[in-house]
This record gives sequence, structure tokens and C-alpha cells, in this order.
Amino acid sequence: MRGIGLRLATVASLAAALGAAVGSAAAQDKIRIGYAISKTGPFTGGASITTLPNYQLWVKEVNAAGGLMIGGKRIPIEVIEYDDRSNSEEAVKAIERLATQDKVDFILSPWGTGQNLAVAPIMNRLGYPHLAATTNTNRAPELAKRWPNATFWLGLPSDISVSFVELLAKLRGEGKVGPKVAMVSVSDQFGIELSTAARDALKKAGFELVYDKSYPAGTQDVQPLLKDAMAASPDVFAAFSYPPDTLGITDTAKVLGFNPKVFFVGVGTAFPVFKQRFGQNAEGVLGIGGWNADSPTLKDYFKRHVEALGREPDRWASPITYASLQVLGQAIERVGKIDRAAVIKEIQTGSFDTIIGRVKLEGGLLKEVWAVGQWQGGEFYGVAPTAMAGARPVVVPKPEWKQ
Amino acid sequence: MLILDIVLGGLILGGMYALVASGLTLQYGVARIMNLAYGEVLVAAAFASYLLVTAAALSPLFGLVFILPAGFLASSLIYRVLLVPLVRRAKTREALEVDSILATFGLLFVVQGLAFVLFGGQYYSYSYLSVPVTIAGSTVPANRLLAFAVAAVLAVGIYAALMRTRTGTAIRAVAVDPASARLVGIDVQRVAGFAFALGGGLCAAGGVLVSMFLTFNAAMGVVFTMKALVVVIMGGVGNLMGALVAGLLLGLVETSVARLVDPGLTLAATFGLFLLVLLVKPTGLFGRAGR
Repeated sequence: MRGIGLRLATVASLAAALGAAVGSAAAQDKIRIGYAISKTGPFTGGASITTLPNYQLWVKEVNAAGGLMIGGKRIPIEVIEYDDRSNSEEAVKAIERLATQDKVDFILSPWGTGQNLAVAPIMNRLGYPHLAATTNTNRAPELAKRWPNATFWLGLPSDISVSFVELLAKLRGEGKVGPKVAMVSVSDQFGIELSTAARDALKKAGFELVYDKSYPAGTQDVQPLLKDAMAASPDVFAAFSYPPDTLGITDTAKVLGFNPKVFFVGVGTAFPVFKQRFGQNAEGVLGIGGWNADSPTLKDYFKRHVEALGREPDRWASPITYASLQVLGQAIERVGKIDRAAVIKEIQTGSFDTIIGRVKLEGGLLKEVWAVGQWQGGEFYGVAPTAMAGARPVVVPKPEWKQ
Repeated sequence: MLILDIVLGGLILGGMYALVASGLTLQYGVARIMNLAYGEVLVAAAFASYLLVTAAALSPLFGLVFILPAGFLASSLIYRVLLVPLVRRAKTREALEVDSILATFGLLFVVQGLAFVLFGGQYYSYSYLSVPVTIAGSTVPANRLLAFAVAAVLAVGIYAALMRTRTGTAIRAVAVDPASARLVGIDVQRVAGFAFALGGGLCAAGGVLVSMFLTFNAAMGVVFTMKALVVVIMGGVGNLMGALVAGLLLGLVETSVARLVDPGLTLAATFGLFLLVLLVKPTGLFGRAGR
């Protein structure tokens, strides 16, 4: 806690120093927050489930409380929004525009690994804190060093694969699954990073890969893949897939009566549409993400999300995105003025109370992230890493599909 | 049975491609409107079907009874309001093509924007007849099989109408040579408008059928436009039979490559086949020779 007197003194001296050029900043009656998000193009799906609703929810809640508490006064947030059209150049242009023309105080991150990596250099150059809540790349530790203003919140793909394989190894030790694994992955950076890490981890743990293929993004018929995977009669099936394929693979497995003991699918398993689409059949399906649904703060968040937006959040990156906004808000309040360098430092070093619990970044990374979740009784509980608070025991074998 | 699996799976996938492309071939080949908003109209029909199934608990097949005519009427309206001025203004077919690309590119954003405002960008999917059907030992999902059957009925119906009726003959005449069609007393603009609307109806039908088994969202239209465009050009612009054959061929090739070679190469196989056809027959499989 810093003295209020010191804070006021700094505000005063800052205002004096900056003078007329940003005269409005001293007597600021709005905090201008901008972002570029995909509202058209292929990233729209992810952005509209995970990112945009949480931005809307957070701004609504902060403003309902009167705004962020800065220098003893509540200042409401004003939002400036652009569509990045799922195009990295557009995203970079929008960020530049937000900073130089709209002169926003803070910029929220776009959705997805690619978009965040694309805007990271410019965010760094412009000196804005960059809370990349939906970025999942093995290069995160190195990038966090290169861009000290950037923080990464979704873990590493290798963590997801390794956690998953650890879970499998444990199940195998208990005699619940055999050694045969069939794996499919989407052939882009995401699928390649996850499947490469999984392949290594599986080999190390002594599993046998009986089927291992990739497929192009946007594949509309996954039946050939699943028929061949099924013919290899694996104990474990894992797909590192994107939302439309995740639903397609699950549906096809159901139709074909493909019942491995462990059934794991990729991005989208944690989405509410998965539960809505498969109902009872979602039971026992494993996927990327998960959350501790029993936590009172998350229960409350879930309720607020449904009330404000009319739909459920996803159970992987949604709560993390919201938590990153809480961290940003708290960091701004602690700094007590629009001082982006100080806010960056606070985000990097501070400790924050959020809906996902106490958040303290290490080397610019959020370390405690769910890797694997499982649908159990209509809720997508985190099951790995098992050391996470609230980790549920995994249910194996998955119940057979009901037609 | 691997062969049966491939043939059946390939035909079902190809049937979907064929149906999605047949509407575009009418619009592009006859009306000479390169409709970039084609996929958006298809997705709009998928959303309409989603609403009927989830909110009104109707079968998507029943939805087809409403949505297909709605697609026809909406496309007819689009043609009259948005495209007729372009048709009047265009000095040549090529000029019309360029103008229509620009106009429908704008339309794309309007339809996509409307879908985004109404439904948001998240994914939609519903379960309909997602049960296995076994044909001679090969398992296929009932919804895809049904979509294939409906697509086949529509394709045969439209094909018969094109070959046997006066209007159908007029449509074919306009597709082949609009200048000469005018000489034999065909109202080219009216026929073109009708073909555009018919293409819109087929497009809407494709949207309804696809929504039974694919996950979609407001931003996905371009995926369908691209696939349809590949099939249309491969089959020969404006030739319905060409679109059907090319669609089925594409489905068969993708499925056999996925099963026999590597599923990672399906996209490469698609474009390999596309390239091969263009090299051997630049006007497409059923395209007329040169202009």
C-alpha cells in the first residue's frame, strides 16, 4: 500500500509535467480503453465465445460500480472497438490507430495466438500493457522476456499435452487403460505444437501410437479419419482439433459407435455448444481446458455471465480472460493514474485477487492453468494437472455413446 | 469393406459439394453474377433452419418447405433491386462480372453483419438424425445420407426441368450465348433473374441440409463460397451436370485420399485435381470450348 499523499503528489507533478498537451488527462473523466477483435472472418467464433463477452461483461460491471477508482475518484470506462477481420495486418493497424489517433489509455488484447503474436511488437513499441489471455504457444517464456510489457495467460501447448499424457500414464498404472493411442491433429501451428509434444511424451511414457495423422483445417468430413482410427482399436483417442472439427469428430465417433476408454477432443470441448449439442453423450468426454466449477467465485461469475449476456461462458479461456481484466483493473487502481509503465510493472510483480483465485505471474506467465477437463454431470471440471486446486478424479472408461 | 466405405462416404460428401455448387453455377453461369455473398446466403439459411429446429421444434426437412422458397424470393429481390441496375449499365458480360463481384462483396458484409448482430459470432450446431445407418456393412450417419438423398432429388428435378421445359431451355440458351438467345426471342434479363433466384433457392436448400450435420457460425460463408467456386469452375461454368459431376468427383477423391494415402493431403488432392482439370480442359469438365 502506498501513501495517498504520495499518490496525489505524483498525479499533480505528472499533470504539471505533461502540461497542456494532454491537459484532459489530468482532469480525466473517462478512461479510454480500446481493442480490436475479430467480428468477421475465421476467428470470429473463438473471439465471440471467449473474448468479446468478457470484455463486455467486465466493462459493464466496472461502470455499474462507477468506474475504476483512480486517485480517490471513480472514473468510468469508455470503449473504442474495432473489427480486426481475423487479419493480423488489420489488427496491427487498429492497434496503431487506437494508440495514435484515438489516444486510448489502455488496449485489450485481440483473440487467439496468431493475432496476439502479430500485435505484440507494436504493443511493445507503443508501451501498452499486453495481457495476451488467449495465447497458447511454446514460445511464451521467450516472448515474455523479449516483450516485458506482454504477459501470457493460457499456458503452453506442451503443458497441455504433457499433463494429458501424465494423466494417461497414471490411468495405465492403475490398469484402467491399455497402451494403444490413436491421435489426430489439425495441421496448423496449434495442432503441430500439441501433437509434437504429445508424441514425445507418449513415447517417453511407453505408449504405443497406433494411429497418428493430421488433417487440414476446415475438413468437413472426418469419417475417413475416425474409421481408420477405430480400425486400430485404440484404448485412448486424442484429437487436437478446432471447434467445428471437435463437434464433427465427437458426432462421428458417436454415429460410428467408436468407444475407446479415453476420448479426448480439442478446442471447443469446453464451449457451451458442446453440452447443448451432445447432452448426455458429453458425459466422460475429455478436452482442453476445464475449470473448478465448485469454486464460489466462479459460480458467481457464471451466473453474472449468463445474466448479462444470455449465454454461458466457455470453461477454459473465458474465466482466465475475465481474470486478466480484473488484474488490469486492479493494477490501474493501485498505480492510481494512467501510467502505463507503472501498470505493466504492477501486473508483472503484483499479486491479485480474481475469480480464478490468487494470481501472481511468474516471468510474465500465468503458471496455474487447467490443461485437461472432463464433462461430469453436465459440468466441465478440470482434471489435470492434478496438483491444481479443485482437480477432480477422472472418470474412465467413458460411458458408451447413446444413440 | 474399404472400397464400399470410400465410395459411399465419397458420394455423400461429394453430393453436398455438388448441391452447394449447383446454385452458384446457375447464378454465375446464367445470370453472370459472380455472387460472393453466396456462402453468406447459405449460412443465413442454416441459421433459419437452426431457429426452426430449436425454437419451433420442426424437422429441418419441413423447414426446407419454407426456406427454399424464401431463398428464391430473397434472391429474386436482390437481383431486382441490387443487380438489375448493374445489368442495365454493363456494356459487356465481363464488365457485369466485375461490377457484380464488387456489389456482392458489399452484400457479403451486409448479410454477415446482420447474422453477427442477430446470432453473435459463436458456433451453432443442432442434433438431427445423428444416428448410424448401415448399408452393406458400411456405417454412415443418417443425416448425411438424408441430405444426400434430398440433394439428389433436387438435382434430378432441376436437371430435368432444364432439359425438358421451355424455361429450362431458355436458361441453357442464355448460359451458352446470351446474344444469340436474344435473337430467338428470349427475354435474357428475365431468364437471368429467374436463374439467379433459382440458384438462391438451391443455395438456401444447401444451407438447410448442411446445417443438419455441420457446425457453423456467422463468419463461415466464405468457406462455402470458395468450395462452390472450385466445383463450379471445375465442372464448367453454367453447366449443372458439370457441377454435379465435379462435386461428386471431389468428394470421392478427398475420401479416397484420406483413406488410402493420408488425411493430411485431402486439401492438396482437391487443388491437384482442380489444377489438372484446368490444365487439360481450361473451360471445365463440361465447359463449352473457348469463347
